[in-house]
Amino acid sequence: MAKAPHSTDTPKRGQSGSNRSRLHVPEPPFRPGDTPDYSHVSVPVKHTPVRPDPLCEPHETADHALKLIRVLRFNGEAVGDWNPNLSNDMLMKALTDMMMTRAMDERMFNMQRQGKMSFYMKSTGEEAVSVGHAMALKNTDMTFPTYRQQGILISRGASIKEMMCQCLSNSGDPLDGKSIPVLYSFKKHGFFSISGNLGTQLIQGVGWAMACAYKNEDGIASVFTGEGATAEGDFHYALNFASTYRAPCIINVVNNQWAISSYQGIAMGEGESFAARGTGYGLATLRVDGNDILAVYAATKWAAERARKGGGATLIEHFTYRQEGHSTSDDPSKYRPKDDSEAWPFGDPIARLKKHLISLGVWDDDKHDALAKSCKEEIRDIYKSAEAMGNLSGATHVNDYTMFEQVYEHPPEHLERQRRMFSEELD
Amino acid sequence: MPINIQMPALSPTMEEGTLSKWLVKKGDSVTSGDILAEIETDKATMEVESIDEGVVGEIVVAEGAQNVKVGAVILRLLEDGEDESALTDDSGDDTSADEEIEDKGEDKPGTAGPAHPENEDANRDEPPSVPKTKPQNDPDIPTNVAMKETTIRDALRDAMAEEMRRDDKVFIMGEEVAEYQGAYKVTRELLQEFGSRRVVDTPITEHGFAGIGVGAAMGGLRPIVEFMTWNFAMQAIDHIINSAAKTLYMSGGQMRCPIVFRGPNGAASRVGAQHSHDYSSWYANVPGLKVVAPYDAADAKGLLKAAIRDPNPVVFLEHELMYGESFDVPDMDDFLIPIGKAKIRREGSDVTIVAHSRMVGRALEAAEKLAEEGIDAEVIDLRTLRPLDTDTVVASVKKTNRLVCAEEGWGQSGIGAEVAARVVNEAFDYLDAPPARVFQKDVPLPYAANLEALSLPNSDDVVKAAKTVCYK
Repeated sequence: MAKAPHSTDTPKRGQSGSNRSRLHVPEPPFRPGDTPDYSHVSVPVKHTPVRPDPLCEPHETADHALKLIRVLRFNGEAVGDWNPNLSNDMLMKALTDMMMTRAMDERMFNMQRQGKMSFYMKSTGEEAVSVGHAMALKNTDMTFPTYRQQGILISRGASIKEMMCQCLSNSGDPLDGKSIPVLYSFKKHGFFSISGNLGTQLIQGVGWAMACAYKNEDGIASVFTGEGATAEGDFHYALNFASTYRAPCIINVVNNQWAISSYQGIAMGEGESFAARGTGYGLATLRVDGNDILAVYAATKWAAERARKGGGATLIEHFTYRQEGHSTSDDPSKYRPKDDSEAWPFGDPIARLKKHLISLGVWDDDKHDALAKSCKEEIRDIYKSAEAMGNLSGATHVNDYTMFEQVYEHPPEHLERQRRMFSEELD
Repeated sequence: MPINIQMPALSPTMEEGTLSKWLVKKGDSVTSGDILAEIETDKATMEVESIDEGVVGEIVVAEGAQNVKVGAVILRLLEDGEDESALTDDSGDDTSADEEIEDKGEDKPGTAGPAHPENEDANRDEPPSVPKTKPQNDPDIPTNVAMKETTIRDALRDAMAEEMRRDDKVFIMGEEVAEYQGAYKVTRELLQEFGSRRVVDTPITEHGFAGIGVGAAMGGLRPIVEFMTWNFAMQAIDHIINSAAKTLYMSGGQMRCPIVFRGPNGAASRVGAQHSHDYSSWYANVPGLKVVAPYDAADAKGLLKAAIRDPNPVVFLEHELMYGESFDVPDMDDFLIPIGKAKIRREGSDVTIVAHSRMVGRALEAAEKLAEEGIDAEVIDLRTLRPLDTDTVVASVKKTNRLVCAEEGWGQSGIGAEVAARVVNEAFDYLDAPPARVFQKDVPLPYAANLEALSLPNSDDVVKAAKTVCYK
């Protein structure tokens, strides 16, 4: 029998048995050894709330911050006024991009385990957030992602080989060995350089959006944070500036329940939702089932339209679940039950889209298995061509002299001198 | 005995102001709390309240008078029973206006309070004048150009205004830069000329608007971010260093960040430890940043214009106590000074004194004092702290064989330490004495006037160091 979640054991406010205050440290509902049971997490049966006009007043979305926008039912049906009614081609692109992202993550994780690279981060279970979001934006809109939105690059057609070469730190690395695995930078694909300092990009993205408005351009910015880094000041500054200057941007909180080993209650307390953080700042707020790619797409479309038409910023909470460890350095079985992700009531985003396609009569298990196989093979082939350019366990082949480049736009004299001395030493 | 009402100071650094309006006239009776006049400085306006009762005997300073010194008598109030004849009877009045002004003078920036009888050293007044020695050759300034006397405040303002006229991508953002015209009035009239789209008041969050600026720069604009003081930029330092300075590199050259962070740096007058920090060596330590710290108005203008046009992030360190100082500025279009070039402010043959920002003034004063003692000092103004123009310093030391590095900030890991290390490395055989350094005492800057003056290096410290390296 399922053990009751710990949170129900927590004394309610004012019921600590005395008139004295007590320090309250939030605890996740389940720890290793527990049998996870998420029946206390309410899964809305009706696909509420309604879709308001994208240029509505912010307070008209206050209720949306506490509910959950869903389109895909678990039986595969797509219903409700948020249903974007995507074409079969779009649905197939969404499925393929999510499966390519997952296949790449699998491969890279395994290769890290074999010593081919120092570090890797998977986005398993969260592919709908990045792929669905990217599909609803223009390719020229600038995204400010975290390290778990590689799906944006895959959706926008970035070179998977270049991504892999960066992780492998070889001569094909487009960044010449200047950044670490997974912290990609693809300006031409509207993918800002990922910062290892969490949160900084939130406010920078708002600044970028304000620059778009200043220049009377059509572009918008879409910035990302995990739920953990919403505790950074940057998040609050970003919300404040986005509201004050009505910046054309989308602020995405990907709530995957876990910041390494800290569950989401550590970042927020046991409050209502991360989306509700936006209400106090006067922003439009949406909370969306992040494992439902159609809901992610629909919410993003709504927010993008609002931003582009001068309605200002929207805070979207993508409610999802981190199926794997935080990174290759993490072992989640130390702090949560092994089968926690399977008990998560919102399912897996790829499985849910697959079911929808089957319900439309355009897909079946055989086709799905064949696609999974071809994704795996394609990733394998790309990886092989990438690793042919070097990997961590062999000699790296990043050009030594590039170290001195791009510190400044034009190399200053003292750096030229250092470079000359360096080359004399090498010769 | 009539009561002398003096020109009040709005702030510890105010030296003079404008008497904009009288609200009383001769013969009026006033009581405590009545508003007598309105005065204003370039920073703010205030009302002068009477704290005494009496009859207005004489209005000493006329309405509209400008540059009224703090402490000057502006009105004389007749006490109960006095008549006008009291106004001329100053005999035995040991609080006469002249002396009041002198007493007040000790509150001026850069001067200490009265010497403690047991501590002669406490009275280390600096002359209030700022040396304006011109170098014999200044390649930055054409010889046929007229000069215009300009305060540093206005030189900075002119630089921004000119660049904003030239390039629509340039805008300024910060706390109180628009409606209030800048906490130190450096953005005076920019809002009126360029509007609120380009002169943007921000919420009170240095971290927030520094991040906005970095994002806007990477998004193709050329922001000028004003910090009310660099002390407040401590919370913005993550954006300045981790993002502005490093992203070009980490993105393999894709993400560009042309941005200027500017504001007053270092000690001001009686503002305590948290408002007096000199960040010169902090920012000068970071690859990817350029760091500029000008001394006079021409450099302030020419270097700020160059900073705004620079494709890299530039940290521009101003000095609160220098904003009101006037210097000659070449009256010409597009007066730019290249970032990364030091300037020989005074030529000399016996010892090289290296300084930056306000300390250049102290070094020039020291050079004059040294000249009286037969020591001919060369004074180098670094102007840019990163990239550091070592060549100019080394060439000078090869001539003088002696080096004094002077700075207002702390010594450890300071600019002087860096300059001395480079000179030892590149000109060791030319040195006739170990390099000497002059810097702030190794304590948070205290508030009390005498302690503040004791903490900060002055021209006598530079003289002493120069004599030490000259073995005199």
